[in-house]
Amino acid sequence: MAQVRIEDLTVQFSGGTRALDRLDLAIEDGEFFALLGPSGCGKTTLLRTIAGLVLPSAGRVVIGDRDVTRLPPGDRNVAMVFQDYALYPHMTVAENIAYPLKVRRVERSRRQEMALSVGASLGLGELMERRPAQLSGGQQQRVALARAIATRPDVFLLDEPLSNLDARLRLEARTFLKRLQGELGITTVYVTHDQAEALAMAHRMAVMDRGVVRQVGTPVEVFQYPANLFVAQFTGSTPMNLLPARVDKGALTVGGRRLPFPSGSYRLREGDRVTVGVRPEYMDLSTVERHDGLPGRVAVVESLGVTSLVTLEGEGISFQVVVPENRAPRAGERGWAVADPARTLLYDDRGELIRAF
Amino acid sequence: MAQATSPIPETALPSAGLTANPAGLSRPGALAFITPGLILIVVFLAVPAAWTLYLGVTNYALFGPQASHPSFVGLANYAQALHDPLFLSAVVVTVAYVFGSAVVGQMVLGFALAWKLRQAPAWMRQPIETLVLFAWIIPAAVVGFLWATFYGPPPQTGTLNTVLHTQVNWLYQFPIPALIVFNIWRGTAFSMLLSGAALNTLPPSYLETARLAGASGWQQLRDVVFPSIRGTLLTNLLLITLWTFNDFTPFNLTGGAIPGATTLPIYIYHEAFEFSLFGLGSAMSTIMLLINLIIALGYLWVLRRTAR
Repeated sequence: MAQVRIEDLTVQFSGGTRALDRLDLAIEDGEFFALLGPSGCGKTTLLRTIAGLVLPSAGRVVIGDRDVTRLPPGDRNVAMVFQDYALYPHMTVAENIAYPLKVRRVERSRRQEMALSVGASLGLGELMERRPAQLSGGQQQRVALARAIATRPDVFLLDEPLSNLDARLRLEARTFLKRLQGELGITTVYVTHDQAEALAMAHRMAVMDRGVVRQVGTPVEVFQYPANLFVAQFTGSTPMNLLPARVDKGALTVGGRRLPFPSGSYRLREGDRVTVGVRPEYMDLSTVERHDGLPGRVAVVESLGVTSLVTLEGEGISFQVVVPENRAPRAGERGWAVADPARTLLYDDRGELIRAF
Repeated sequence: MAQATSPIPETALPSAGLTANPAGLSRPGALAFITPGLILIVVFLAVPAAWTLYLGVTNYALFGPQASHPSFVGLANYAQALHDPLFLSAVVVTVAYVFGSAVVGQMVLGFALAWKLRQAPAWMRQPIETLVLFAWIIPAAVVGFLWATFYGPPPQTGTLNTVLHTQVNWLYQFPIPALIVFNIWRGTAFSMLLSGAALNTLPPSYLETARLAGASGWQQLRDVVFPSIRGTLLTNLLLITLWTFNDFTPFNLTGGAIPGATTLPIYIYHEAFEFSLFGLGSAMSTIMLLINLIIALGYLWVLRRTAR
């Protein structure tokens, strides 16, 4: 168990592409830390650099109090679970789990014992003599986890371990993995492109884009106060409404309508251009005219089960509102979307969040 | 493949009729398509093979009375071959040639090149691969000249002697090692290509998992690589063994005139075409065919056993 510190880390590939650009990050001991971002953002490269599979061009990787930057993967005491699980088809489940122990010259009877106990704790007791091809996707994933756990690593590295599972199984595995991590208390770095996974599982997360970290925070911080438009657009299961606005006599002009400022006070000047950001979940739909609402005509209604996602067309802008199941309007009706002032955010012309004080 | 064993009723399989006749051809139509190929196979493979079997039990020769009126001699040719010390020595030379150049040389070197070049940068990998491939694609006649010059004996000293400042008649003094080195040079490309292709099918995460566990290069090979690509390696071994066994290229270096370098195909060529003993040559060819068959069956048995 250990803290992981990334200091001024740069990874440049031979083609000249910069996968990571002077990155700093500190992952606390025992923390479940998610690296979130679109494909190509460098999250997997960062994970592989911590593992030692990629050597950085500059910077340091520190695990606990050891500088491991130049250590080979096998000397770092980290374990990794790959997206494809990388189970060896010619070995049984027990042999797969025990393989890293075999490499470390743990005595045969001892490693069999360890493989059995870890396997049993992950519900694999009945499957120990099977081959990976005879297992379901979920079982294979647990074998890969068991193999990683059996070595008692300082750090767990998980590279999109749920993405090969079907949707239902993924939810179960998510809960299972979070509980497991809590019980083991091993520092875990978890790479995913699925924002819902990161929000659901992580203690803290980093949102990455093109080799740099755009925001670090708890899932609640990242979800409620995205630090910039990139994070705002990338997080949330429905995209955040981002509407161009202008500061005008103590109010905001949005789509030709004057709306009140969100809660808090801001350092803004008359005529400043800003972007108003508010998640569809934090907007309410009124069927009667409201002076603080954005008027529009209902274009699309999508049922999400318990709620419905309503898309409205306003004056030169369109925006989305999530409404409860019993209040879904019909297409063509008029409505007024009212933003929760405590949940409305302002971004400056560079796309950075303007903090209220 | 053992999962999803829910029983599907036979009638639910619409493919029954399709698999029987996927191209939708009538029986005469299908025959028309395979006939040209069959004729070629019969004329150029089946008939000569049967002809060889027949000649092997006669005293047929190219010239003299036995040419027009060969007579049946039973297994006399086989008996003569098996009591011929030169024939048996050719078998030994061939086995040494096959083992040294194909099994050890080409296989090990080809795999080692493929394995090492996998991680090498492109500027290093591509020239080496090209060089190795060149040895393979140069026509056998040219190769014969190249190596005859390379091993050239004094007084018109060849390349090797010039480089080493020696006066050695390599092909006479070290016939088997000389042929083995030559054939390793000649055939390694095939093993390299096949091994490389097999290594490419290996998911990178397999080796990375082993590296994270701390496995050394040799442990990665033993525990992960060899078990995963065993089938391809065995097939490669079978092919190069048979090719080398039947290889006639050494003739281009030696002209068939060096006793210590006479492999089985060269010896049979001597008997049949130079001494005109077609009956004896055919019997020897049949023995060679049987040896090939035993090798092939041996490999297939190992292959099937490891595939489980």
